[in-house]
Amino acid sequence: MTDKAAMQALARLVPPGSRVLDLGCGNGAMLDYLQRERGCSGYGVEIDDANVLACVQRGVDVIQLNLDEGLAMFDDNSFDVVLQIDTLQHLRNAETMLRETARVGRTGVVAFPNFAHWPNRLSILRGRMPVTRRLPYQWYDTPNIRVGTYKDFEVLATKNSLRILDSFGLQDGQEVRWLPNARAGTAVFHFEHA
Amino acid sequence: MHFPEVLPLQSGASIRDYHLAYETYGTLNADRSNAVLVCHALNASHHVAGVYAGQDKSEGWWDNMIGPGKPVDTDRFFVIGVNNLGSCFGSTGPMHNHPDTGEVYGADFPVVTVEDWVNAQARLLDRLGIPQLAAVLGGSLGGMQALSWTLQSPERMRHAVVVASAPNLTAENIAFNEVARRAIVTDPDFHGGHFYRHGVIPKRGLRIARMIGHITYLSDDVMNEKFGRQLREGIDLKYSTQDIEFQIESYLRYQGDKFSDYFDANTYLLITRALDYFDPARAHAGNLTRALARATAKFLLVSFTTDWRFSPQRSREIVKALLDNRRSVSYAEIDAPHGHDAFLLDDARYMGVMRSYFDSIAKELQA
Repeated sequence: MTDKAAMQALARLVPPGSRVLDLGCGNGAMLDYLQRERGCSGYGVEIDDANVLACVQRGVDVIQLNLDEGLAMFDDNSFDVVLQIDTLQHLRNAETMLRETARVGRTGVVAFPNFAHWPNRLSILRGRMPVTRRLPYQWYDTPNIRVGTYKDFEVLATKNSLRILDSFGLQDGQEVRWLPNARAGTAVFHFEHA
Repeated sequence: MHFPEVLPLQSGASIRDYHLAYETYGTLNADRSNAVLVCHALNASHHVAGVYAGQDKSEGWWDNMIGPGKPVDTDRFFVIGVNNLGSCFGSTGPMHNHPDTGEVYGADFPVVTVEDWVNAQARLLDRLGIPQLAAVLGGSLGGMQALSWTLQSPERMRHAVVVASAPNLTAENIAFNEVARRAIVTDPDFHGGHFYRHGVIPKRGLRIARMIGHITYLSDDVMNEKFGRQLREGIDLKYSTQDIEFQIESYLRYQGDKFSDYFDANTYLLITRALDYFDPARAHAGNLTRALARATAKFLLVSFTTDWRFSPQRSREIVKALLDNRRSVSYAEIDAPHGHDAFLLDDARYMGVMRSYFDSIAKELQA
């Protein structure tokens, strides 16, 4: 989910001037964009050496950490927005990290591949795990160890007493607000802790 | 460079008429903004890069990091290496004469701290006419100096690069230092630190100190890979308790012998003590976040996963304190096998991060 339109759609959830923590920040493109276009500040968190290097190269502050070890380094409410963009599906402790995201940030934004997108449903009906542009891996080599749907996340958010401020699907860089659970490859949730 | 004036020390003592050995590389730019100060660790000097003409094996101790086209590129930066007070590589140390008595300092050389070194380095920058550093850089004990710089003179650098360092030493770390010191002090040739008068050198103590130190700078894995259980000669055990049997013994003895030929015993005591004492949080009831509130520099911290002497956890403490203070900080945790020594070795990821960070500093200079 690296295309510009999707990034801009997510960036709209981040108020200008926010202090941002981007969990699983990849090559730092999102933070770079937020800093240049929306006057934000903040840090990325990454585990991958090549991504850490890419962040340093583009001048984005990055902390090399394994998110499976938690966010002990960050204080409660120390960021305006905590982003988890295409990160949740790689986490062993996805629920703990969701709570941590809500603890560290005044608000959180989570985006992840929606497994209930209709092409995925069709694939399952045919008896095979989906292999698509959004989920390009085979079942045996996928790094996406958490497979969930738009609706699943609503349930998880409620279970953890998160207040959903906004939610929508993203498909081809466009917001999908009608039947997002079927019509969007990506689920997006903007929330705060109660 | 000679400094006649008195330098007050943290202990309450002072030193005057002292000399600081330093080297510079590259060219100071017109607005004097491209200087990088390199602080050294225990067994190093002002000779950080390059070779001395006609001298074999005279590469600077950080020659892989610093030089033309290297990560800290001396075509763009004016790099300053300075030898610390109390050391034995050119700056005034315990082997030199006390200006009052004309006698060799020996054990009477004042105890110096990381903060004292930084103050001395600051005077050198004053003399060189450098109001603000582009960066202060150091690894291990050198990283402590870089960190201390950001607290003692926050306005005097734009960046601080702290590699394989710690906000203070752990008890275990102090313990290793103490074993090394006891090895030296209990050597009959030490003579209470005044061995120069007796024309002897406490080499036994220095050897053992170095052997202990060396073990702690490596990782278990690297030692096993390098030496394993290899015997030095043949395949049969000698059934001797005092001869060298294993390769690792031979290696450590060699390292110890080499070290005892050039390192000063009093310097070893002074530098390990400076390590023990460093603890910027101490004045803030142990609160590192409050201690680092003064720092305004942008930071890069680097640690190495197999470094158990200055473990990643210790670097993370510094990162956390900087985050608490909302300072600009990046942190790379390099998965290198070489233990503490990794900070002096080539590792593509480590070198890449350092190069990229200094590239971005260079870009700021042009802006």
